[in-house]
Amino acid sequence: MEQSRTPRLVPLILGFYIFVLYAPVLLLPLFSFNDSIYMNFPLKSFTTKWYVSMIEDTSMMKALWASVKIAVISAIVSTILGFLAAKAMTRYQMRGRAVIFGFIMLPLVIPSIILGASLLSFFKQFLDIELTLWTVGSAHVLMSIPFSMLILIARLEGFDRNLEEASYDLSMNAWQTFRRITLPLAMPGVLASILLCFLVSFDEFLKAFFLSGNQPTLPVYMYSLLRFPQFLPAVLALGSCILIVSVVLVSIAEWLRRGQENA
Amino acid sequence: MNLKRWLWRLWHINESLRGYVLLLPVLLFMFFMLMVALVTLVVQSFWADTSPGATVQYTLANYSLLLTPQGEIYRALLLRSLWMSLLITVSVILFCYPVAYLLAFHIRRRKIFWLVVITLPFWASYLLRVFSWKVILQHEGVLNSMLMALGFIDQPLDIFLHNRSAVIVTLTHAWAAFAILPIYVSLEKIDRSMLEAASDLGDGFMRRFWRITLPLSMPGVLGAVLLLFIRNVGDYVTPALVGGVSGTMLGNIIVSLFTEMGNEPLAAAVSIAMMVSITLIVCVFVLLIGGRKRLEGVT
Repeated sequence: MEQSRTPRLVPLILGFYIFVLYAPVLLLPLFSFNDSIYMNFPLKSFTTKWYVSMIEDTSMMKALWASVKIAVISAIVSTILGFLAAKAMTRYQMRGRAVIFGFIMLPLVIPSIILGASLLSFFKQFLDIELTLWTVGSAHVLMSIPFSMLILIARLEGFDRNLEEASYDLSMNAWQTFRRITLPLAMPGVLASILLCFLVSFDEFLKAFFLSGNQPTLPVYMYSLLRFPQFLPAVLALGSCILIVSVVLVSIAEWLRRGQENA
Repeated sequence: MNLKRWLWRLWHINESLRGYVLLLPVLLFMFFMLMVALVTLVVQSFWADTSPGATVQYTLANYSLLLTPQGEIYRALLLRSLWMSLLITVSVILFCYPVAYLLAFHIRRRKIFWLVVITLPFWASYLLRVFSWKVILQHEGVLNSMLMALGFIDQPLDIFLHNRSAVIVTLTHAWAAFAILPIYVSLEKIDRSMLEAASDLGDGFMRRFWRITLPLSMPGVLGAVLLLFIRNVGDYVTPALVGGVSGTMLGNIIVSLFTEMGNEPLAAAVSIAMMVSITLIVCVFVLLIGGRKRLEGVT
């Protein structure tokens, strides 16, 4: 087969893809240490002052805190809902299972702008409530549930159902079985789901843009700064910090999700 | 008392009931946040554009506006958005297929590690990734300063930013992971003995690819095509940041109708028109594929 003919090209092509995929992302940390408000080459001298100005920007820190709060709460809520759905999908024979599955996956497939517009109209016209961080958070729960359910279905299908049966046979009730068998075994999936849903919510822009009212989340706040060159370096500094945290969180989540499957 | 016992027994006998009860919170939440929300948007699209507080009047004016000469801009932007989404989808698939192929067939050790490495940038903030393309492509940007340093050009070029290709390049980069993963999964599933059989029967690499590999990877490709096409029609951030005038898409006008122009009913109508067009195109696409499959099944 041609595997033997092209081994030298493989690292080269892979390297090209990794460069193309990573280079644009890595420009942010690069320019965040550059002593100039313009982002181009050649680089000027090294500086950390943009990180100082980032911390001193109180409205940026306020937006960061708002985003963290929303992301934590919506990650936990969507993981609980996703867990219930995954448990139902993997453990019970149900009519219409495929239809229900498709329905729960819908938020992944509908264009963001339609979801944003319809939720705006839902909160303002149907419920007639103020737009707050709670409205943003509930939209984030909606879009995180598919991720959470997929991760947890994979995890729940991965372990032996008989363990739960054995627990029932040893006259444990449903709650004891859940607490002592199902939850501990599903824990890596639960944690992976919380981490990934956190990131989904933390990065989300368009729905927060529609639904955040007068308290912006971090992406909404950063978007409002992108037009002003003098604010950009602080945005880049914060963006670099986010980048590092995201990479760490995803790596942990992927390790929980896949690494332990092999063990 | 009897009712309680009856429910208790039903709970224990009927397995699917327990499944439905577990699903109830999710389904209720999604019923309101998805279905009721969409219905509200549809209802709002029939409102007359009145000042806040006035009684609501229903009208077809928002939709009929889209069909009159005045609505030319919405029709043009809708067609442009559909066309650009198609181009973006094709571009993402062409960009991602080779690397998915490489991961599936040529990397034999630590596949999962490389898969995670390839898809990791997708988790970095979408907004910042789009923004870094602006930094690369703009007048005083990375690309121009590098080309000047290398001596290819004397003056910065303005041809990179504020056009449709900038939107296509940026979104191709942004959505790569959504195509690499499904294509990789369907390539990985291909039974290797079929490839060996084709080679043994004298197929060269290209012929084997066209006859075996590509058709068998179609489930992943088509899944990615549908997802990418649907999601990219309504993109807002990328055209707003790198699209300029010629790269403006329908999402931008929907947002400005909601915000600056404050005409929510018309914004709702434009959104619904967009969703209906996407749904129709996807239905035709799915029917065509289904029809082709059935034909192939007959012959």
